[in-house]
Amino acid sequence: MAIGILGRKIGMTKIFSEGKAIPVTVIECGGCKVTQVKTQETDGYSAVQVGYGPVKEKALTKPEFGHLKKVEVDPLRHLQEFRANSVAEYTAGQDLSVSLFEAGQLVDVTGISIGRGFSGSQKRHNFRRGPMAHGSKNHRAPGSIGAGTTPGRVYPGKKMPGQLGNKKITVRKLHVVRVDAERGLLLVKGAVPGHKEALLRIVPATIVGAK
Amino acid sequence: MSAATKEGANTAPVKKSGDVILREIEAEYLRTDLPSFRVGDTVRISVRIQEGGKERLQAYEGTIIGERGSSTNRTITVRKIFQGIGVERVFMLHAPSIDSLTVTRRGMVRRAKLYYLRDRVGKRTRVKERIMTSGRS
Repeated sequence: MAIGILGRKIGMTKIFSEGKAIPVTVIECGGCKVTQVKTQETDGYSAVQVGYGPVKEKALTKPEFGHLKKVEVDPLRHLQEFRANSVAEYTAGQDLSVSLFEAGQLVDVTGISIGRGFSGSQKRHNFRRGPMAHGSKNHRAPGSIGAGTTPGRVYPGKKMPGQLGNKKITVRKLHVVRVDAERGLLLVKGAVPGHKEALLRIVPATIVGAK
Repeated sequence: MSAATKEGANTAPVKKSGDVILREIEAEYLRTDLPSFRVGDTVRISVRIQEGGKERLQAYEGTIIGERGSSTNRTITVRKIFQGIGVERVFMLHAPSIDSLTVTRRGMVRRAKLYYLRDRVGKRTRVKERIMTSGRS
């Protein structure tokens, strides 16, 4: 299994391809580095640790800085692991670029969705609202949350108000429209989680049923 | 601020702003062959149409009654009267399906959106012509 890459969300735009207008999200992945290679022998499992996001040295703790200094990599904000069966082709300090992917490929994109705080049932679960007039006092209330004495409790999983967003979300099987290795850009069809500048994790799509 | 810091600058490399990157990408898809036009102008647009594996050009001529969006998202609404029925078509200006756009008549209008033309019939749908004088476009 090929490993993935980290990037930041730049934003959405519209481009034209084969005469059609395509909504794309631009993801910038420049400067990704392999920061550590974990193998079965040394760590009990094999994975590649990837770093992204250049920062000042003082933004890191000394242990973090030392960890990167060991493999001669400039300070990076984010470190994430990608599990891989064979890691022999990777060495710590190696550059990773968007050419890992090619146009037409399907990818899964993971990020933290935009936080909307404690939200009501209308915004969070698309409940309908109550009448606004004619003496109605039920505008945005959730309504009944279940039957009475039997069962005498609210069923687990009942949709209710609560925290919305700011949660790890993976959008699966997005089409890679274009790969710009020169600028380290990835153009992916459709929307991805998170606000602009948010950290994204891009991996080749997991296809259910495929070996 | 003196830049002389010990053993390598303790500064992060300058990140290019996301908006700048977006504008750069969009710029690659913008067409530069569009003439300048205004709302109220009469334009003739030829559109590439795929028909049974073959491509042909279809012309459409009418008055621009509105313009919206910017960059690759820019569109114009063109209205014409076809067989006594008002037809409005929205064109994505930068789409490759638009072969050419020519201004056939300049219109003089005082609105950004000419939706009032929808309620008019016959002679009243005409837009006053803008006479080109030097110094004004």
